[in-house]
Amino acid sequence: MKPSRIVITGVGLTAPNGNSLAEFRANLLKGQAGIERIEIRYMGPQLAGVCHYDPLKYQKKKEVRVGTRAGSISIYCAREALADSGVNLETLPKDRVGIYIGCTEHGNVETENEIYNISKFNYDTKYWSHYHNPRTVANNPAGEASLNLGTTGPAYTIGAACAAGNLGLIHATQMLRLGEVDFAICGGVSESIHTFGIFAGFKSQNALATHEDPHKASRPFDKARNGIVISEGGALYTLERLEDAQARGAKIYAEIAGYHVNSDASDYVLPNPARQAECIRAALKRSGLQPADIHIVNTHATATPMGDIQECEAIRGVFGEGCPDTHINNTKSYIGHAMGAAGALELAGNLPSFDDLTVHPTINVDDLDPQCALPGLVLNQPKKVAKVDTILNNSFGMLGINSTLIVKRFIP
Amino acid sequence: MTKDECKKLVLDIIADIAPDEDLSNVKPDVRLRDQLQLDSMDFLDIVMELRKRHGIEVPEADYMQLASLDSSAEYLTPKFQALAAKK
Repeated sequence: MKPSRIVITGVGLTAPNGNSLAEFRANLLKGQAGIERIEIRYMGPQLAGVCHYDPLKYQKKKEVRVGTRAGSISIYCAREALADSGVNLETLPKDRVGIYIGCTEHGNVETENEIYNISKFNYDTKYWSHYHNPRTVANNPAGEASLNLGTTGPAYTIGAACAAGNLGLIHATQMLRLGEVDFAICGGVSESIHTFGIFAGFKSQNALATHEDPHKASRPFDKARNGIVISEGGALYTLERLEDAQARGAKIYAEIAGYHVNSDASDYVLPNPARQAECIRAALKRSGLQPADIHIVNTHATATPMGDIQECEAIRGVFGEGCPDTHINNTKSYIGHAMGAAGALELAGNLPSFDDLTVHPTINVDDLDPQCALPGLVLNQPKKVAKVDTILNNSFGMLGINSTLIVKRFIP
Repeated sequence: MTKDECKKLVLDIIADIAPDEDLSNVKPDVRLRDQLQLDSMDFLDIVMELRKRHGIEVPEADYMQLASLDSSAEYLTPKFQALAAKK
């Protein structure tokens, strides 16, 4: 039996350089990055991508106080995606709505906050918050969204390191095809900038970016790249089976063409280009597409010296020289690495290319690293192209999880 | 510390833990839960904030004493006074 066709019908997001798809896209085409210097506990000023959405647009003050930043981002993105989809939440069968949110990690922020809190009381644990457990359970971001929306279908997170944003969409596609739900809210979120641990961890790994100009700090493929800029953010989508979307006359952004997820099984942190290439090829196969059929490849590259080279090796191996219509870009150069939100945000930033036939560039490349000089790389200036019918989105993560998601122009 | 001052301290705490609530007309003799959106976790917050801000301990068996502003003042004022006497 042919699997159901799954389509994207709504997008809600918050990124360091935009709180809606329109604002985000406009800044990607303008070359406007969104990195700033913020104070990190124990470490002092660090570069980070900070989101400036209004939490009180959809939450009460008490919800913001009791909940987590990841929960708040999830609620904002879910509500924005629903509004964009045109669906009236009141008319949806609440038990048939699934919420699937990818996370790199969850609970570090809240645990660090509590340890800091009790440090003010001589580490007496009677000052430890009774909110610690509901804040730190791994399903927290999705659970907070279900509480806010009042949906009673499955709502949980998918832990998949920095591949998690793609995993949210992939899992939702699978659940819609299985008939587990009729409407899915899915993607990825991250609150990572609120934990010093992730900054300190990358610093100890010599993988934390530094630059005098914050907007220039995240520079994948540039010779002078020196690591990751950590960001928060979120992008959630509404996904539906095509027949349901058509029955209600929904606007359709794109159709899920195919995907693949695999594991390196080779190292805790080092990527594995052979497995990445396998992942891309398997996603192409599932989509029924050849490499030359892909018009935009959005790379995962995080601006670590080795990681970028290895992903380029994987992409070169799959796409080579024989793909004249394939354009390659990177969104982290604007927003840093939004961790669990990265894949979902980066896909969103490219979706408008189906309409405006423009590929947003990779910015901050002053001196292209020859080892990253892929054919079709779009550098520093947006590129008008004749055709955008397919977008391939790579997201890879620690412990060797790889994900590739391919979406295509919706053609009835 | 007077009972009115004590009520003000409790209201200050409630203002922080229930920031969406209008506290201008809280009736001191009516249960807080009957006039404000407060749940059991919020009451744990009141207990925690009394501990953190004022060094006042409220054992679980006495939580009912915090039901209204009047009963809170009745219960807490001697504790505040005892604490002040120690200083």
